[in-house]
Amino acid sequence: MSFIQRYKEMDKAQRANYRKEFFINNSLYIFLIAAVFAIQIISPHFLSGPSIVNIISLSAANLPIALGIAGAIILSGTDLSAGRIVGFVACVSASLLQATGYPNKMFPNMPTMSLVVVFIIAIAIGALVGFINGFCTAKFHLHPFIVTLSTQLIVYGALLMYLTIGNNNGQSISGLDPSYTGFITGSVLSLGNTPIPNFVWYSLIITAIMWFIWNKTAFGKNMFAVGSNPDAANVSGVNVKRVITLVFVLAGVMYGITGFIEAARIGSNSAATGLNYELDAIAASVIGGVSFVGGIGKIRGVIMGVVLLRLIFVGLTFLSIDANMQYIIKGLIILVACAIDMRKYLVRK
Amino acid sequence: MSDKILLKMENISKEFPGVRALDNVSLEVREGTVHALMGENGAGKSTLMKCLFGIYEKNGGRIFLDGKEVSFKNPKDALEHGVAMVHQELNQALKRNVMDNIWLGRYPKKLGFVTSESEMYQKTKKIFDELGISTDPRTVMSKMSVAERQMVEIAKAVSYNARIIVLDEPTSSLTEQEVGHLFRIIDMLKSRGCGIIYISHKMEEILKISDDITVMRDGTHVITDRASSFTMDKIIRLMVGRELTNRFPEKTNRPAEVILEVKNLSSKHNIVDDVSFDVKKGEIVGFAGLAGAGRTEVIENIFGISERSGGTIKLHGKEVLNRSAREAIKNGFALLTEERRSTGIFGILNICDNTTISNLKKYKKARLVLSDKSRRKDTEWAIKSMRIKTPSQRTQIRSLSGGNQQKVILGRWLLTEPEILMLDEPTRGIDVGAKFEIYQLIVDLAAKGKAIIMVSSELPELLGVCDRICVMSGGKLVGEVDAANTTQEEILALAAENV
Repeated sequence: MSFIQRYKEMDKAQRANYRKEFFINNSLYIFLIAAVFAIQIISPHFLSGPSIVNIISLSAANLPIALGIAGAIILSGTDLSAGRIVGFVACVSASLLQATGYPNKMFPNMPTMSLVVVFIIAIAIGALVGFINGFCTAKFHLHPFIVTLSTQLIVYGALLMYLTIGNNNGQSISGLDPSYTGFITGSVLSLGNTPIPNFVWYSLIITAIMWFIWNKTAFGKNMFAVGSNPDAANVSGVNVKRVITLVFVLAGVMYGITGFIEAARIGSNSAATGLNYELDAIAASVIGGVSFVGGIGKIRGVIMGVVLLRLIFVGLTFLSIDANMQYIIKGLIILVACAIDMRKYLVRK
Repeated sequence: MSDKILLKMENISKEFPGVRALDNVSLEVREGTVHALMGENGAGKSTLMKCLFGIYEKNGGRIFLDGKEVSFKNPKDALEHGVAMVHQELNQALKRNVMDNIWLGRYPKKLGFVTSESEMYQKTKKIFDELGISTDPRTVMSKMSVAERQMVEIAKAVSYNARIIVLDEPTSSLTEQEVGHLFRIIDMLKSRGCGIIYISHKMEEILKISDDITVMRDGTHVITDRASSFTMDKIIRLMVGRELTNRFPEKTNRPAEVILEVKNLSSKHNIVDDVSFDVKKGEIVGFAGLAGAGRTEVIENIFGISERSGGTIKLHGKEVLNRSAREAIKNGFALLTEERRSTGIFGILNICDNTTISNLKKYKKARLVLSDKSRRKDTEWAIKSMRIKTPSQRTQIRSLSGGNQQKVILGRWLLTEPEILMLDEPTRGIDVGAKFEIYQLIVDLAAKGKAIIMVSSELPELLGVCDRICVMSGGKLVGEVDAANTTQEEILALAAENV
């Protein structure tokens, strides 16, 4: 009510200015709604149960990795190792959870392990690599770009070596235990006639936990402070090195969870699993307003970014646009979205 | 000095949406004179200058240079017409050397495309000799002091044959000695017929060097007159628009027993050498000295953000190590740093986050969750007791004025309930009215039993606020004087001892 009154009290120029600011500040949402309408008009099947569930589940699969990377971006860093960590964790999880009778089993004599143990292993691998990333960044004052460029290669090497052990000979790992695929891709709820896979709920729980960490804990406040001004944070008594390390450990845990989900979601995991996931995650974060300036970002922004990016990917396919052309459109959208977003933080003259 | 008008700004107006920033302001600068432009922060001084340089488009009024109407498109355009500005915050390519900075964008060339280093060197050297600057033109900027870098900026203006030079707060980070050099250069520029527009908050120097003074308030022109017709009190009265009877608050603090003893403090990576002093409960101890004397380094050392090579710190007779800022805070120390923007504020974060960052442990419920309610309550306390002017707790701190930002940081430290409060240049870049409020806060805190160490380059402020003043020179503590029975001259003589 109050803002309608305020709007009424404005003169003409102020109203024009207010409308302009409104469009810029909410451009992402406006674009999202406009895109949905446009695609729906051209291709009426777009807003049907299966395609909505498709967009939701693709978004859910990509959400944890984006939330992890967003933390690194808030520190005005980045993380190039995310995709390879996802791939490594996916292959390890898959190899430990292959069905007992499967002919090409990587470890033929090993009984199927419990889901909980493998989940913990997945998180531990992610956390370990994340720790290395964070420790090197904090301790040696290296830019995370360099650190994660290195660990990305190291993890990829480890992955290729891992794929050659046991009976595997570098092939992709499939034939997963039904309890594993059931846990991840099974469904307890349907939208219309389309089942919503379970991992959507897991992803939501993780998002809620991350929201809590970012907004309600001292660690979260310290993360934003370090991202905004590390020197001031140090003077203010924040343990800057510990915060940087923990942000990357947390990111690693997120990649571990993504890998654990991804292995069962894809079903057949190879050295290519996870390739370039970090780039989509970075794009989604940045579209959602997490800024490389440092200290700026919101969970809801990351969610919006991930959903918007998936919606566009799915939408472009729906419009049967040429695959090569899709890359160009994606690139342009990322560029334009970030340019509009950047306007919010520029000092106006 | 002549009566010829060099620059004339006539009835300049500038409006921003909803705000009238300048209302028919006029300014006339005579040839060969220094014209001081005075006013509190927000009075419209910088807006007026930005209109002159074409950074802002003026809504009304005309500008004449040498009788001809001009309208500059941007600062470069102005510079090419002989109107130059030396900014408060120097905007220079720090990784490049002096001559690169001076000739940037118009390098002298051989064969049309090869830059001529030798010509550049000789031209720079010639200007430096004229201005009495001894710096080698090949020095890299980042290795020079702020004062030297400022001289380079003035030399750059001279190299453009500038006839109008605007100096914005040129002395805010200079030592008394460097200020002397700057004034000699200003005299030289005057004798060449340049007109200087001089913006500063420091009354003493304004009265010393200006020929004319214009006072602005709330975007309007208040008065222009010969400097000789002004006194410090009159200027302050005109600037704030009300009577400011005292520049410093009444001292109500009563020093009691010694609580902090610093013995033989030396640091590993800077010049601090064998510094010993003590501070009493409820006492305000000032640290005076020239820039580079090691004052900031001493308190940074005590606070654990620069490394010690020797010496002990005792609080209440018990040794404390303070190996990091965290440990120092835990031991009851607080440090308001010199560089507010780079080590004080979190620009994009809001007032609440900025206020509570050093004290987050206190707000934990069940050892994990932060209580927003108690964070807001403490922020509210800080806003009230520091009299911070802000629309809300959710406002980004960077949109506040310097004085209010400083109060937020002071509030942040008070929430940690320190016993020893160290303040490094607490009033730098803050206007007169707000300065008084900061002094009042400092004295009140001492009266409540805090021990306060205050580093400042403004001697009047040390004399007005402190009980005792330690004077440093060349990294050593060269003397201690009683603030009530000393003079600026005595302190300056001590400060020059080891130079």
